Amino acid sequence: MTDTSGTPRTSRKPIHLAAHFPGVNNTTVWTAAPQALGSQIDFASFTHLAQTAERGLFDFFFLAEGLRLREHQGRVHDLDVLGRPEAITVLSALAAVTERLGLAATVNATFNEPYELARRLASLDHLSGGRAAWNVVTSSDAFTGENFRRGGFLDRADRYTRAAEFVATARELWDSWPPGAERARAGAFAHHGRHFDIEGHFSVERGPQGHPVVIQAGDSSEGREFAAATADVVFTRHGTLEAGRRFYADVKGRLAAHGRRPADLKIMPGVTFVLGDTAAEAQEKAAEIRHQQISPQTALLTLEQIWGVDLSRYDPDGPLPDIEPDYDAQLSQGRVRHADPRAVVASWRALAEEKGLSIRQTVIEATGRQSFIGTPAAVAEEMDTFVQTDAADGFILVPHLTPGGLDDFVEQVVPLLQERGSFRTRYTGSTLRAHLGLAQPS
Amino acid sequence: MPPLNRPLRLAVAIDGGAPQTASAFVDRAHLAERGAFDFVTLDDSLGQPAPGVARLDALAVLARVAPTTDRIGLVPTVTTTHTEPFHVSTQVATLDWVSRGRAGWIVEVSATEAEARLVGRRPAAPAPELWHEAGEVVDVVTRLFDSWEDDAEIRDVATGRFVDRDKLHYVDFESATFSVRGPSIVPRPPQGHPVTVIDATPSHARAAAARHADVALIRTDDPDVVRTVRADLRERARACGREPDRLIVLASLPVDLDASADAVALAEFAASWHTDGVADGFHFRPRNPERDLRLLVDGTVPVLQHRGLARHFYPGATLREHLGLPRPANRYALAREASAR
Repeated sequence: MTDTSGTPRTSRKPIHLAAHFPGVNNTTVWTAAPQALGSQIDFASFTHLAQTAERGLFDFFFLAEGLRLREHQGRVHDLDVLGRPEAITVLSALAAVTERLGLAATVNATFNEPYELARRLASLDHLSGGRAAWNVVTSSDAFTGENFRRGGFLDRADRYTRAAEFVATARELWDSWPPGAERARAGAFAHHGRHFDIEGHFSVERGPQGHPVVIQAGDSSEGREFAAATADVVFTRHGTLEAGRRFYADVKGRLAAHGRRPADLKIMPGVTFVLGDTAAEAQEKAAEIRHQQISPQTALLTLEQIWGVDLSRYDPDGPLPDIEPDYDAQLSQGRVRHADPRAVVASWRALAEEKGLSIRQTVIEATGRQSFIGTPAAVAEEMDTFVQTDAADGFILVPHLTPGGLDDFVEQVVPLLQERGSFRTRYTGSTLRAHLGLAQPS
Repeated sequence: MPPLNRPLRLAVAIDGGAPQTASAFVDRAHLAERGAFDFVTLDDSLGQPAPGVARLDALAVLARVAPTTDRIGLVPTVTTTHTEPFHVSTQVATLDWVSRGRAGWIVEVSATEAEARLVGRRPAAPAPELWHEAGEVVDVVTRLFDSWEDDAEIRDVATGRFVDRDKLHYVDFESATFSVRGPSIVPRPPQGHPVTVIDATPSHARAAAARHADVALIRTDDPDVVRTVRADLRERARACGREPDRLIVLASLPVDLDASADAVALAEFAASWHTDGVADGFHFRPRNPERDLRLLVDGTVPVLQHRGLARHFYPGATLREHLGLPRPANRYALAREASAR
């Protein structure tokens, strides 16, 4: 039941939804014809997914970023979808074919400078009528740095101090053009800080949102603190209800110290889903998708990343290698490393032994189970439970197919979330801040 | 007299006016497309164009325009001075993808101390130094375009390989001010190389224009200057081993039209320059974008069309096709094939 403003007239927490364009890793299935044949680079794919998300009244569309092709054993990794466009440029184009959908770009704070990036994001905010968002990520590795003037030189601690100062500086620039400013003062700014020492006049007027929405994705203690201090949205990976509740309570609990209210920061886990007409059918489909995501070659490569040695002579359908891993070796570049490879090796060996699994079966069993598997009704109920019991404020959905991976969700699950009174039945605002229920910065 | 590229190549700037809204730029691009112009340009700079005057990021604006237009080329100014060559490459390549092969870029430098302070990375440098670097940036940007061969994506289910990594290439570019390893993150753009435009009016920019530009602009209404600079650019291009006809030289003229009669007079003027072999075409810079653009499209272009000097429609789909420029071969593919023989 809705009132005239289109928002559910209940005490239920509204769910926020975002659509992640399928990424360049093995979870994006490109082998299963014909649905998986969509281009990862053609603009038509971006239009399809964004318009599907807008049809589903999603809060925003989300693009990840790549700055260096990943490598394995010194060569470009060739098993996964590869190649993507530059995010802000694609989103500027998508602003022409969507009307209300938020447009979120992941952009690295290490390999950019505040003036130029603040200008590009403010331009996107103007061009989209107030729908821009920035997912702030940091990086410090020399591998990525090889593509940039700056190179890779930041130590881990500096990554967050630079990112925090970067966001603060960007906001100073966005605030530099107050309404009714005299011509000579319009855009005037001066920032003299540890990482940035800049001054002059910013060239873009204050955007419709004041500040584009800031998203943050780090999960370390520094990352959580950074989010509590600065972010509007946190993109997390906490998949289970219990882990989600703990994370939610922890991060929301940090807000007061920064003078912020719980509603000022939305927590949105990245999740995957599989729908079926029955629970059993959904489980079967989920297993089939995991099988497609872990090709024999991907299974071996996943193992090599943990073992640290070349395993190309092993049969992916045979048993796990009995040789000892080299925990100091780094075969892959451009990937997040396992925190504790020894523990992974031990648990995978135990799993394989217990169930009699091959290499490929072990990897399928041990990695990447989908977050929500079931009938549309079951998935809607489970997602709603996450939100109503404070494990999340919503979700960033990561489909496994390009570009049609969201079609079924929008057709089948969104109406059920609306029936539950937990999701909007139309857009009531025109900006992303309005969709997320975030205040306009003063 | 060096041969002219025929028919007349026509471009128009859509800068200026306030407020800077998406719909204003879209309307102007539509109008220019109705006049079958080869491309529109949109100027840019890091700082304010004049005190208290705002300016949106030009490449983002033309990306916003791309899905609302079908044929017209989209050419923003992009600065090479305080920016990352890798980002410049991915942004221009992406403009080409979202416009399905209609992107170009005007290579620019930033020489003022005021702009250097906006970025805070290094002090201002003299223009000759910056144009030397700009040439290197164009070089590495086009290498990054080529770092993916057109058929690198194979999607071979049997071997599980999405790409043939022998067709992805490191560019390993090192200059005094930057280095880039590669490959690009963006597959090779539809045009191979989006069209490179350089304003060759300042003499410092001419070496880079002769070596790298597909289109050179010369800002003057003096036909003798255009003739001289064009001949100089062609000679330098030849010295770089280029076919001079692959370098299109446009006279870039300010336009301030009051009435249809002015629009017709402009057409007569353009036709006479063409007859006299002054330039390969024109880049018009309207003083009042709405008024002048309408008069150009409704008054000037029809006269040029009537005389057989301007196209009535777009026979091709990409900006390179509009300009009669071939899609460039991929340097790494040529090298790989040569070494395989």
